[in-house]
Amino acid sequence: MVERTPILNFFTHLILFVGFVFCVAPFVIVAIAASHNLKDVNDVPMSLLPGSDFWVNIKTAWTTADLGPKLFNSFVMAAGVAAGKVIISALTAFSIVYFRYPGRMLIFWLIFVTLMLPLEVRIVPTYAVVANVLSPYQAIMDVTGISWLIEKISGVQVSLSLGLLNSYTGLIMPLIATATGTFLYRQFFLTVPDELTEAARMDGAGALRFFIDILLPLSRNNMAALGTIMFLWAWNQYLWPLLITTDRSHATAVTELKQLIPNVGGAPEWHIAMAGTLIVMLPPLIVVVLMQRWFVRGLIATEK
Amino acid sequence: MEKRVTFGKWTIGILFAVPQLILIFTFFYWPAGQAVYWSLTLQQPWGGGNIWVGLDNFRSILANADYWNSITASLVFAGISTGLAMLIALVLATLTDRQLAGSRLYRVVLIWPYGIAAPALAMAFRFILAPEAGFMAAVNKVWPGFWDPGLNGADAMASVIIAFSWKYVGYNFIFFLAALQAIPRSLIEAAAMDGSGVIRRFWDIQFPLITPTIFFLLVINITESFQDSFGIVDIMTAGGPANATNLMVYKIYSDGFKGLDYSGAAAQSIILMLLIIVLTIFQFRFIERRVHYR
Repeated sequence: MVERTPILNFFTHLILFVGFVFCVAPFVIVAIAASHNLKDVNDVPMSLLPGSDFWVNIKTAWTTADLGPKLFNSFVMAAGVAAGKVIISALTAFSIVYFRYPGRMLIFWLIFVTLMLPLEVRIVPTYAVVANVLSPYQAIMDVTGISWLIEKISGVQVSLSLGLLNSYTGLIMPLIATATGTFLYRQFFLTVPDELTEAARMDGAGALRFFIDILLPLSRNNMAALGTIMFLWAWNQYLWPLLITTDRSHATAVTELKQLIPNVGGAPEWHIAMAGTLIVMLPPLIVVVLMQRWFVRGLIATEK
Repeated sequence: MEKRVTFGKWTIGILFAVPQLILIFTFFYWPAGQAVYWSLTLQQPWGGGNIWVGLDNFRSILANADYWNSITASLVFAGISTGLAMLIALVLATLTDRQLAGSRLYRVVLIWPYGIAAPALAMAFRFILAPEAGFMAAVNKVWPGFWDPGLNGADAMASVIIAFSWKYVGYNFIFFLAALQAIPRSLIEAAAMDGSGVIRRFWDIQFPLITPTIFFLLVINITESFQDSFGIVDIMTAGGPANATNLMVYKIYSDGFKGLDYSGAAAQSIILMLLIIVLTIFQFRFIERRVHYR
């Protein structure tokens, strides 16, 4: 506060409070609606006093959308993407920053370009690749004549096939294949003093030892930030899991939410729908609240 | 920027990059190439591979009124929701930056919506904005027929925009607040000393200094409005009523996976890719400008 501005201060508080209410209201309304019974939730206007059916609704939503295994699937996917990103980006950034080799800049740009095109705009062909991950390699061998050669020599017809639909690998891998984390690490590695590398080399440490014993412990903050942001991002994925899990047992909690939309003509079971929504909302909300510091840091760092 | 000290064995160095290279080749470059190939060919209905049709897929898409309708809907959605989310966030961030009592609380809470999955918040807003139950029903009771996203395209678009903006206000808020807090206090204090009021200080000092953040958020919000809208549209309106909210990514999904028109969907993907690439290049121009400000 620079000067005394009582009127302005009043409006500042007022506007911020209104913003606060609009921000929190949907959470509160979902929670209240989840505690009503069928009649009360459809009352116009709905009572803002909590009803008494909260746990019953939670239980119904849990069994209707089969949320137990679905939450587990979501968790595996989110943890897998976070871990994969944290590890693979670190490896790549290390390679780009700490080595000089021909084609290094080419690799840098190849990875950089992936920032431009999100998964959503190339879903159709990515789906085809995941249906058979080896199809790109099969096509390359066919075109270059390698498969013809193998067939001539050994008499074996080459047909590579490995389907990843309805598997955790298929869910996770395409989500890792972007550049977000790589640049976060790269920026950080560039700030690590050269003296540290020199000292390590003088003590006889090789590249791998330097990476594991010095660089990784130094980047713990980055790992926490990147891990948090990627966990949330993967947990909240919708389109990709929707496509890739044709079998309902592999679906994630977020995609299963759709099962709870009240049918047209059926009973408007909004209390069940809201109970399910609350369950799906809660894990990321807890992560945001507990990991706020890393979340904000990761958000600002990964986008730059 | 380059490292002075590096490791000698560069063969090992390449090995470190191999996992990511394999991943992005398999799941990025190959599918992106495939999309280009599909967009230029047509799959035969009874098998027999793809036949080359050149730019015919693009021509038929661009001649299709539904597609133009989808582009218009996407642009309206992007424009209004970006404007709304950024304006509200800027006001809230500027006021929070005045650091009155309780500003810590706002800093913590206003970020929450961004953590929520788009389909989950879409579900919440579908209930809150439902015409027969929830809160808009009360309005409908006073003015019958005032609000019905199930029948009225404009209402449906408004609900989708509200849900999206609610999420992205939190996101923009973080960036605006970070940018505002990076402005040295002494600048503001000096201006106050010279007798300029709060609003004058905002327009003459804070706003010019955060323009790079504004440009940055503008691009991010528009790109996200193309992608992150899918879950919201799918849960709230399923593209309806009468295609009023059939945004571009949703149309790619429904044409490709429900209509099984891979070539058409691929051509649409290519157009969307080009749009996003143009936006990204635009953004990098401004990132360079951001460096100049410092």
